[in-house]
Amino acid sequence: MDKTQNNKAWFLVLPVLVVVAFSAVIPLMTVVNYAVNDTFGNNSFFLAGLEWFDEMVHSERLHGALGRQAMFSAIILAIEVPLGIFVALNMPKRGVWSSFVLVVMALPLLIPFNVVGTIWQIFGRVDIGLLGRTLEALGLDYNYTNDPVDAWITVVVMDVWHWTSLVALLCYAGLQSIPQAYYQAARIDQASRWAVFRYIELPKMRGVLLIAVLLRFMDSFMIYTEPFVVTGGGPGNSTTFLSIDLVKMAVGQFDLGPAAAFSLMYFLVILLVSWVFYTVMTNLDKADTGRGEGQ
Amino acid sequence: MAQITLKNLAHSYLPRPQGVQDYALKEMDHVWQDGGAYALLGSSGCGKTTLLNIISGLLRPSHGRVLFGDHDVTDAATAARNIAQVFQFPVVYDTMTVRENLAFPLRNRGKDPGYIRDRVAQIGRIIGMEEMLNRKAQGLTADAKQKISLGRGMVREDVNAILFDEPLTVIDPHMKWELRTQLKQLHREFGHTMIYVTHDQTEALTFADKVVVMYDGRVVQMGTPQDLFETPAHTFVGYFIGSPGMNFLPARVLGNRATLDDGAQVDLGAEYAAVDGQIGIRPEHVTLTESGGLPVTIRRVEDVGRHRLVRAEMQGRPLNIVVPEGTAVAAQPQVRFTPARINVYADDWRVTPRGA
Repeated sequence: MDKTQNNKAWFLVLPVLVVVAFSAVIPLMTVVNYAVNDTFGNNSFFLAGLEWFDEMVHSERLHGALGRQAMFSAIILAIEVPLGIFVALNMPKRGVWSSFVLVVMALPLLIPFNVVGTIWQIFGRVDIGLLGRTLEALGLDYNYTNDPVDAWITVVVMDVWHWTSLVALLCYAGLQSIPQAYYQAARIDQASRWAVFRYIELPKMRGVLLIAVLLRFMDSFMIYTEPFVVTGGGPGNSTTFLSIDLVKMAVGQFDLGPAAAFSLMYFLVILLVSWVFYTVMTNLDKADTGRGEGQ
Repeated sequence: MAQITLKNLAHSYLPRPQGVQDYALKEMDHVWQDGGAYALLGSSGCGKTTLLNIISGLLRPSHGRVLFGDHDVTDAATAARNIAQVFQFPVVYDTMTVRENLAFPLRNRGKDPGYIRDRVAQIGRIIGMEEMLNRKAQGLTADAKQKISLGRGMVREDVNAILFDEPLTVIDPHMKWELRTQLKQLHREFGHTMIYVTHDQTEALTFADKVVVMYDGRVVQMGTPQDLFETPAHTFVGYFIGSPGMNFLPARVLGNRATLDDGAQVDLGAEYAAVDGQIGIRPEHVTLTESGGLPVTIRRVEDVGRHRLVRAEMQGRPLNIVVPEGTAVAAQPQVRFTPARINVYADDWRVTPRGA
């Protein structure tokens, strides 16, 4: 039996189309428009083609920001993922304490980004901050407003403080889904603690770890508010990450053309890296199961 | 390999048990002989798994001792007890191959690689997975995974006992039969003490030399399949073993006669002291006649192949009768009990006849 065709149904999709166009497609296209136009004022534009893209691709400034950004994401992933797993492994699995710990762990995630920034901005200050004063009293030369290394440490520690909970909670959920029989079997097989982690816990956490790494990568790659509040990108350019640089360029200098080209490439880089991440991880998964069923 | 002794063993999951009702396992004293094949039979929640976990050391009993041979292992860790256990649901290490899975318990105990290779090949053959040894365990069927679990349970030759916790629940029926036969054969071959937990009486009776029936946290009987069938020590055993289970009728017993509620007299095969309780008789030992017995009302007749099952009622209580194929059922049916096959129960426990 043929299905009845009723093309009038398409009209019902129109409202959604309008909303999406208004909220996403048109703004994005505006950015695309800026990216391929230039102006000498008077609101008159002329086509610049791929000139801005060309300039941005070869811009030392962008290279610097991209390098810092990649390093930042790499460092926080290298710290937060193992630390999150470690914390999850040591969280109480049941009882009153487990609920308490869960709530405490979730707290940093509930704090608005600029509040986190402000907290650390004050916390680390050498004149009035608890951390800054303490370190100074201990004779350590710490000043995140002067020293690039101190600034980096502060920003990284702040991100670890803010987001390790997310990784830990995801891993905790993964761990909770492991049936007790697995641990019992491991005890009977006389598996070491490491073997239990390596062959039972880690494989079962793989799915949530993939999500955790993806989320943390995307988020850290787009980070803006917290370092902006704490260091403002300084000292010098040392903590100027991609978003901060982009805002400086677009809002500070009002270089809308290069900034638009920059942001489009920025978007594509995130998309590309996330896609590669996801494909590699899921293919690894398939390869494993495939070998099982294939023969 | 060792004889397992349970001394005054009891377990409660509560930190401060108040009375006997708080105990998942009531106090028990049992000896499980070295090299025996035992089946632990009982309905869900009767304490089978608790007992198993106490033997394997996953649980520490609240009271009493567990001895392997002369060695007290009550406080010994699972690993130190050298026990193998197979769980109800397959536990495999997903990221390992089948071969690595089987080798895992041996590797953890630092066995020689050459020995491990031979032993794994042998076990692979026994569980019928030779062809799949190099596959990843992930993505195999539940059947295959459970076979790996069984294999991992049997791979160590020197274990004190192998415990099976309803291991064939997830297996296909035809495969069940095959695996059970293999387990039995392995038992004969290697002589390990095997304890097999199940709630399926066929499984228990075909696997074990001795069946241990548990009810409400107690071991109510430990005996051969024949003992369980002929002289159930507790009404639960009578009811649980056999299909359908034993018939029970309230009666007052004195000497070799039992008086039922309506005053009818039943001859017994032995002499008893005065008892106010029940008599129990298997459906196989009830005969349907036309005269000379006790009147019954027939509710339903089920044809189950080699014989017919008559669901009757006697003095308002259900009575099952097994009738040979082809026997006509009389219009006004009466039943006769084989006196030697009648057991007497007081407070659910079997009363031993005088002089026995």
